[in-house]
Amino acid sequence: MRRNASRLASAVGAFVLAFGVLGLASPAQADVVNPEMPFKISGNVQNKGEPIAGVTINLTGGGGYAATVMTDAEGKFTAGVPEKEADYSVSVDEATLPDGIAVIDNPATEFVEANVQTVTVGPGGRATMNFFIGQGERQVTGMFDQVVQRLISGLNFGLMLALASVGLSLIYGTTGISNFAHAELVTFGAIATLGLVAVMGEGMLWLAIPLAIVLSAGFGWGLDAALWAPLRRRGMGLVQLMIVSIGLSLGIRYTYQFFIGGVTENLPGSGAERFNLFGSVSLSIIDIVSMGVSVLLIIAFAWWLSASKIGKATRAISDNPSLAASSGIDVDGVVRIVWIIGSALAGFSGILWAYFRPGIRWDMGGQILLLIFAATTLGGLGTAYGALVGSLIVGILVEGSSLFIPSDLKYVGALVVLIGILLFRPQGILGRKERVG
Amino acid sequence: MDFLAIFNSSISFILAPTTIAYALATLGLAVHFGFGGLLNMGMAGFMALGAYGYAIGVLTFGLPWYFAAFVGIGASVVFALILGIPTLRLRGDYLAIVTIAAAEIVRLLLLSSAFGGITGSADGLSGFNGPGGTITNPTVGAGGFNESNPIPPGDYGFVPFLDNERTWYLRIVGIIILTLAIFLVWRLVNSPWGRVIKGIREDEDAVRSLGKNVFAYKMQALIIGGVLGALGGLMLAFSTNVNSSVYVTSLTFFLWTALLLGGAATVFGPLAGSIIFWVLQAFLGLLFPALADAGLMPFTTIQAAQIKYIIVGFALVLLVVYRPQGLFGNKKELTFVK
Amino acid sequence: MSSNESSSTPVKSTGLHVGAIKPGVAKKDPILVADGVHRQFGGLVAVDVEHVEIPRNAITALIGPNGAGKTTFFNLLTGFDQPDRGAWSFNGNSLAKLSAFKVARRGLIRTFQLTKALGLLTVMDNMKLGSTEQTGEKLSASLFPFLWKKQEIEIEAKALEILTRFKLDTKRDDFAASLSGGQRKLLEMARALMTNPELVMLDEPMAGVNPALTQSLLDHILNLKKDGMTVLFVEHDMQMVRHIADWVIVMAEGKVVAEGAPDEVMKNPAVIDAYLGSHQDIDLGAVTGRITLPKISKEK
Repeated sequence: MRRNASRLASAVGAFVLAFGVLGLASPAQADVVNPEMPFKISGNVQNKGEPIAGVTINLTGGGGYAATVMTDAEGKFTAGVPEKEADYSVSVDEATLPDGIAVIDNPATEFVEANVQTVTVGPGGRATMNFFIGQGERQVTGMFDQVVQRLISGLNFGLMLALASVGLSLIYGTTGISNFAHAELVTFGAIATLGLVAVMGEGMLWLAIPLAIVLSAGFGWGLDAALWAPLRRRGMGLVQLMIVSIGLSLGIRYTYQFFIGGVTENLPGSGAERFNLFGSVSLSIIDIVSMGVSVLLIIAFAWWLSASKIGKATRAISDNPSLAASSGIDVDGVVRIVWIIGSALAGFSGILWAYFRPGIRWDMGGQILLLIFAATTLGGLGTAYGALVGSLIVGILVEGSSLFIPSDLKYVGALVVLIGILLFRPQGILGRKERVG
Repeated sequence: MDFLAIFNSSISFILAPTTIAYALATLGLAVHFGFGGLLNMGMAGFMALGAYGYAIGVLTFGLPWYFAAFVGIGASVVFALILGIPTLRLRGDYLAIVTIAAAEIVRLLLLSSAFGGITGSADGLSGFNGPGGTITNPTVGAGGFNESNPIPPGDYGFVPFLDNERTWYLRIVGIIILTLAIFLVWRLVNSPWGRVIKGIREDEDAVRSLGKNVFAYKMQALIIGGVLGALGGLMLAFSTNVNSSVYVTSLTFFLWTALLLGGAATVFGPLAGSIIFWVLQAFLGLLFPALADAGLMPFTTIQAAQIKYIIVGFALVLLVVYRPQGLFGNKKELTFVK
Repeated sequence: MSSNESSSTPVKSTGLHVGAIKPGVAKKDPILVADGVHRQFGGLVAVDVEHVEIPRNAITALIGPNGAGKTTFFNLLTGFDQPDRGAWSFNGNSLAKLSAFKVARRGLIRTFQLTKALGLLTVMDNMKLGSTEQTGEKLSASLFPFLWKKQEIEIEAKALEILTRFKLDTKRDDFAASLSGGQRKLLEMARALMTNPELVMLDEPMAGVNPALTQSLLDHILNLKKDGMTVLFVEHDMQMVRHIADWVIVMAEGKVVAEGAPDEVMKNPAVIDAYLGSHQDIDLGAVTGRITLPKISKEK
C-alpha cells in the first residue's frame, strides 16, 4: 500500500510540480492546526493587501469544537474541522492585530461584529474565510476610479498582448500555421534578458533588453530556417504542422524549466513604486514606459506593413500565396522576415509580460498563449491590424472582468469570448469572410 | 544506481491503474481524431469532468460509487453536446483552439474558489472512495468503492507486479472497463457506422451528398470519445484524489503523443501507445535523476526530472514528421488526411 | 438491369415544353421547378434565375461561360449553399432551406466538379457508402452485426452489379486513391446510383477525362435515362451536349438566357453573344474545333 501510494503520490506530485499552468500554485505553508481532522477552513488576514503575521484566529463550532490558530508569515492560516455541511464561527482576536488596525465591516457578510464571521463548510469539505483590513482597500475605492484603473491596466495588458499577437497572426496569414510554440518565443525574450543581466550586470539593463530582442529575432529566424521552411517545402499538411508546433512548444518549454527551474525570477526594476496619476489610478514608471514603447512599436510596425515593399508582400502572401509567388514575390524570403520580426516583437512582449505579471517563469508564455489566440481570432487571423484590435479588446476584457467576477476567473471571460467569436464570426472583426468550416 | 529498482518500477507501469486510465482517454482520442478526424485538444477537460463528476457525486450528492460514476459520464456527455453543437462545423485548427479553451474553462472553474465548497478549489477533493465523514456521521462521503473490493487484504503477485489488494482491484476493474471499451470501439469501427465516419473524416461533402446526416455522426463520435475520456478520469478518481492541476493542457498533449505513437487510426494503437509512453515516462523519470545523483550527468536531480518532458516534446515532433502513422498504423490509410 | 450496348445515336425526347420556347418556359412534366432564386456574394450577383423547369426523364444540359453561375446554382438547388431568396421544388415538394443531406435523401443526387471519390476507402466501401438502406449505419444498430449483416450482403451484391456495368468490378478491393482520374469519375457516378436517385445532377462529368473514357461515360449517362432517371448536367463540351442532350439551358451572368433543343440553342444569337461576344456568325461547334465548317478560320 505504501509503495503504491508513494508511487502514485510521486506521480501526482510530479504533475502538480510540472503542470501548474496559470501560476496558481498551491498555497505556501499555512500555520495549521488539527491537521488530522478531515475537513478544513483556511484563510488570509491582510491589511491593505499586505499580509499580517502572528494574528490569532479563534474558531468554534457545533459539538463543542474549538480551535486557535495563528497566521504565518504570509498571513495565512488553516484549521482542521471535524464536520462538513456545518457552520463555524471564525473570529480575529483584535488584541493580536498590530496597533492602529481594526477589522472593518465586510459588506459581504453583513455582520455587525466584523471581526467575527460565520463560515459554512460545504459538501466539498473545504471553506475559505478572509479578513481584509484597513483603509484604502478595494471596497472603499469608488467604482468609477476602479473602472478607470482597470481600463488602463487592460490597455497596458492589451498592448503587450498585441506585440505577441501580431507575430502569430502574420505567421498564420503567410503560412497557415497555428503556431503553439509562439508562447515560447514570448518567454524567450524574458529569459534572454534575465540571462544577459546576469552576465552583464543590472546596470546594463538598457543594453540587455535590445540585445534580448535581437536574440529573439535570431531564435525565430533559426526556427524557420531549421524546421518550418523545410517542412513547408515538404508540403506537410496544416494539421500536422500544428501538432509539430505543439511538440516543439512542449520541448522548448521544459528546456526553459530545466535551466531556470520552477521559481519565479524578477527583472531589475520590477515592483517599482506606483504613483498616482489622477484619482486613484496609479501606474509605475515601468508601466508608462512599456505602454509608450508598445504604442510606438505598433505604429512603426503598422507603417512598415502598409508602406514598405516587404510589408505589402506580406499582405499579398496572406491573401493569396500562389498568386503572390507567381507574380515574382520571394515567398520564402518574406516568410523568413515575418518570422524574424514576429519573434522580435514576441520577445519584447515577453519582457513586458515579465514586468506586468510580475516575474519570469518557464511557462509564462504558455499562460497567455490562449489569450493571444483569442486576440488574434477576435481581430481576424492573418491580419496584423486585427491582432492589434483583438488584443486591446481582450486586454480590457480580462482586466475589466475582475470588476464583476472573481479574479481567479478573469481569464474565463476571455476564453468564452474566444469561443463565441469562433462560433458567430469566425473571421473575426477585421478578417475576410472565407470558409472556416 | 539501482538499475533493477528503476527497471522494476518502470515495468510496473505496464498495467498500473493510471496507465489504464490514460489508455481509456487515448482510446477516446482515437475515436475523435483517428477515426472521426475531430481535432480535440481538450481531452483533459473530459477527464476532469469524469473524475470530478464522480467525486462530487459521492461527496455532494451522497451517491454510492456506481451511481456517482454515471454523474461523471453524464457530465462529459453534456460537455460534448455543449461543445459540439456550435463547433462541429468549424475547420480543424479552429476546433483545436476551441477545445483547448473549453477544457481550460472547465479547469479554471474547478480551480476557482468561487465554487470551492463543491470542488475544493486548489486543494481538490479526496476521501470519496472509502468510508469518509466523521465518527458521528459515517455514511457521508462514503462512495464505498474501496468497500466493494472482494479481494482479501494482502500483497499478491511477483516483482515488479507485487501489489496490495487495492491496486489489484483497481487493475482488474480497469482492465474490465478497458476491454469493454476496446471491444466497443472495434465493433463500431468495423460496422457501417464506422464506414460513414471514415468517409466523413476524409470528405464531409461527399458523404453529405449521399444523404448522410454528417453533423449527427460527428456528434456521436464526439460523445463516444468524450465518454471514454470520462472513464479515464473515473479510473484516476478511483485510484487517488482529484485535483484540477492534473487536468491541464499538457496532459492532453501527452495523450496525443501516446495516440500518435501507437497509431491514431487503430483500435489497439492507443493501448500500445499508452503503455509504451507511460513506461518510458517512468523509466526516464527515474533514470536521469539516478544518473544525476550518481554524479554521472552534469545537472541536478531536480533538473534531471525535467528531461523526460523535454524528450516527449521533441519526440512528438519527430513522430509527426517521420512516422505519423505511429507504430501500428497503416501508412496508406493516412493518419492526417490533408 | 440494362444491356451494355453502345448507343451512338441516342433517342432524343422531344415535345418537352409547353408553349413558345423562351427562357423559363414551362415543361409538360417538370421534376424540378425553381422560382426567383437569387444569390449574391458581396457585390457580385452569382445567380439570378427567374424561373426554370427541368423536364422529367430527359437529359438536360446546363451550359454557359465560366462564372455564369452554373455550379453555384447546383449548390443552391442541392442544399450546399443558401440563397438570399428563392423557392424551388422537387416533385412538388419544396426543397428550400433543406440541408444537403436531406435533399439527397429526397432522391436528388449530385456529383462534384472536383471528384469526391473517397480515396482512403476501397472502391467497394465507396459503393456501400452510397446505399441508403443500411440500418447498420445507425449508431444503435451498428453494435449488433446480426441486425445489419444481411443487408450488407444485399448491398454488396447490388454494388457489384453496378460496378460490373461500369467495368470497375476488378478494382473492388483497391483503395479509390489508386484509381485514375477517369475511373474515379466513374466511381462517383456508380456510387450515386446506389442511392436510387430520381434526379442525377452531374457537375462537369467530362472534365479531365481522356477521350477513350468519354464515350463510356456518355453511354452511362444515356443508360440513366433509359432506367427512368432524369439527368441534369453541366458541360462545356458542345459536341457532347449536342450528342446526348434532349434539352439545353443556357446561363450567363447568373441568368437563364436561353432554352431549347440543342441544335436551336446553339444557333441562338443571345447564346452566341453570351459565349463569344463579337463572333456573331460562327456556329458554337466550330469554336471548339470539333466541327469543320468550310472557309472559316479556326479560332481557339
